[in-house]
Amino acid sequence: MTTTGSSGARWENPKAVNEALGGVGYLADEGIAAVVFLADRLGKPVLVEGPAGTGKTQLAKSVAEMTGSRLIRLQCYEGLDESKALYEWNYKKQLLRIQAEQVTQEGETWQELEEDIFSEPFLMPRPLLEAIRATDPVVLLIDEVDRVEVETEALLLEVLSDYQVSVPEMGTVEAAQIPLVFLTSNNTRELSEALKRRCLFLHLDYPSIEREREIVLTKVPDIEESLADQVVRTVKLIRALELKKAPSVSETLDWARTLVLLGVAHLDTATAKSTLNVLLKYRSDIERAAKELVAAEG
Amino acid sequence: MTSTQPGTRAAELVLGSGLFGTFAEFVEELRAAGVPVSTTEVLDATEALRHLPLEDREALKLGLAASLVKEEGHWRTFEMLFELFFSLQGRGSGELSALAAGELSAGDGEGMSARELAELAYQALMDGDPELMAALARGAVDRFAGMEPGRPVGGSYYVFKTLRHLEADAMLARLLGAAQEVGGLEGMNLAQDYRARYERMRDEVEAEVRRRLVADRGAKVVARALRRPLPEDVDFMHLGKEELATLQRTVQPLARKLAVHLARKRRHRDEGRLDFRATMRRSLSFGGAPADPRFKAPHRSKPELWVLADISGSVAAFARFTLQLVYALSSQFSRTRAWAFIDGIDEVTDLLKGADDISEAVRSINTQADVIWAEGHSDYGHALADFAQRWGRELTSRTTVLVLGDARNNYHSVQPWAIAEIALRSRHVWWLNPEPRAYWDTGDSVLAQYGAHCSGVSECRNLRQLRHFVEQLP
Repeated sequence: MTTTGSSGARWENPKAVNEALGGVGYLADEGIAAVVFLADRLGKPVLVEGPAGTGKTQLAKSVAEMTGSRLIRLQCYEGLDESKALYEWNYKKQLLRIQAEQVTQEGETWQELEEDIFSEPFLMPRPLLEAIRATDPVVLLIDEVDRVEVETEALLLEVLSDYQVSVPEMGTVEAAQIPLVFLTSNNTRELSEALKRRCLFLHLDYPSIEREREIVLTKVPDIEESLADQVVRTVKLIRALELKKAPSVSETLDWARTLVLLGVAHLDTATAKSTLNVLLKYRSDIERAAKELVAAEG
Repeated sequence: MTSTQPGTRAAELVLGSGLFGTFAEFVEELRAAGVPVSTTEVLDATEALRHLPLEDREALKLGLAASLVKEEGHWRTFEMLFELFFSLQGRGSGELSALAAGELSAGDGEGMSARELAELAYQALMDGDPELMAALARGAVDRFAGMEPGRPVGGSYYVFKTLRHLEADAMLARLLGAAQEVGGLEGMNLAQDYRARYERMRDEVEAEVRRRLVADRGAKVVARALRRPLPEDVDFMHLGKEELATLQRTVQPLARKLAVHLARKRRHRDEGRLDFRATMRRSLSFGGAPADPRFKAPHRSKPELWVLADISGSVAAFARFTLQLVYALSSQFSRTRAWAFIDGIDEVTDLLKGADDISEAVRSINTQADVIWAEGHSDYGHALADFAQRWGRELTSRTTVLVLGDARNNYHSVQPWAIAEIALRSRHVWWLNPEPRAYWDTGDSVLAQYGAHCSGVSECRNLRQLRHFVEQLP
């Protein structure tokens, strides 16, 4: 790890990270701050795992914003391959080059030509290579890494551990600087040990009542403090039920906004029940939650 | 032992021997508890220790966790051990905040009766004053736990004793009663708050007991005494109430993972059989040579899953988890049906479907299903024979049958023909046994006689094995 130790010391301590994140409108907690701080100091990628809608992708975006970096994003999907993740040869351009050769008859040998068409101008960098070659500060976001197959994960390993990409025709491209890397996972499958070993691990769960209240107060400016309090406590209650899809933070915000628009000052069972569809997206979930709310009344 | 391992030796060079000693013991304990910690990760954690502010314990804990613990389910184990090795060790007990200490002595401190202390705790929970709650927890341990140096290390006994003296159960009931009186949404929210605060005070008591144990015996001994298996390794047959709740929460995410796994497996299974006609037609473009063989798209039907679960006392917890998992996975099967049996057998598909959660389902199965035929002790022979006669004709070659049970037949007639017939009519019969393999076919267990007709018999004592079984399903 000595080679990466020099990566950066942007922040004095985790608290400073927390404040900086707050400065760009991301309300972090101690865990998030500690991990981002370490990622910077150790030059290691961060694997962020947790249920959907807890701000995993937003974290990477906010880190990019607060460090003034460019965000390079690789969205993963089933069937992602090298040519979409690392690089691709621009074969149309190569073909044109060869045809141009025939026209001009410059008498170049095949070897020279081959060297020429497998060089920089014919290379199309994809997100991973782009992040490695960047000379300006970048944050690399590898989103929903659990969607690719286990075999494809291996593509990422070289980039994540050595910050380099091997292009057989050109040699190894090494990083000019260590970028901050975030991988997100919705945990739909077990990631490989090799990948986990290379990353710092951050589990992002739904925020605590206090933190979510802060988030609501920041993002929904017109809301009364007492209503915000009721909203987040009720959401927490609903999350504890066995649901198909628990409400995410953004759904909490939607709910709070709806209540403000409706002019609700105090949340009671009837209001909560009639606006549940903002919070929950499955019929069975809505019914389940409504039943729970009514049970309290009776 | 660890000092001979490369990772920790390097760590020693970086950290110096004092902190290193603690850190090495800590890592050793983590590994002993089953958390997989590789050498690379130890080195990362060592690096992290150099950068993290040591005085900020919370940041230290979270930073170390980021490099050592890569699975959410292992967090509790990590946290407990971290507290033992880094937080509790050498911390004085007299660090009450001025305010909390003031309140304690205001109530005539030492001379307070147990009742008064309990009342004060009740008030603290009502108001949610964390300082006071912590101080009270410590005071209560001091008064009630009766801890003496040199006693055996059994933390939970002292916790239990302290809570009993505080009349904790009654206190919680009273709090919840108060919340009920408020009623409506606000009442539910209050109940939630009170429960959280109560848990927190319990944790404080536990931490205080542990702190004292650590001071007396050292973190290593205490850690060994408190060692618990990871959630995925907890034996179904020996589940405590708390472990049951923990496991319950892990089943849903596990089911989601398995569903994705099964769906992908089905999609990516090998191609179908050779399509002779298409291949011949294609060969015309190659002058008659079959250069481009064509294949039929495979017929990918989802199997039908039938589950027969023994729900007698000894294996009930196991049946419960497996049923829960199966139902969470039902999107992966064209149809799921379930039967419960003891010595009689009854279909419970509708009971499972109608229930909101598994606890409710289990309750309704226990009260409504007609599973007792004669005496209410497991009788596999009769139950299976009855099943074969009543539902056997509905089995098809697309049906996979899953039998859950320990095959302990209470010396009744075995009737292996029944399972043979079920196997004949269905595609696969899998038998999952929650007993350790060494106990199979001892005493009244007749697994071998049934197993002979099954496609496979698996030991399934914990979630890890259950997951493994589902993953290898064809």
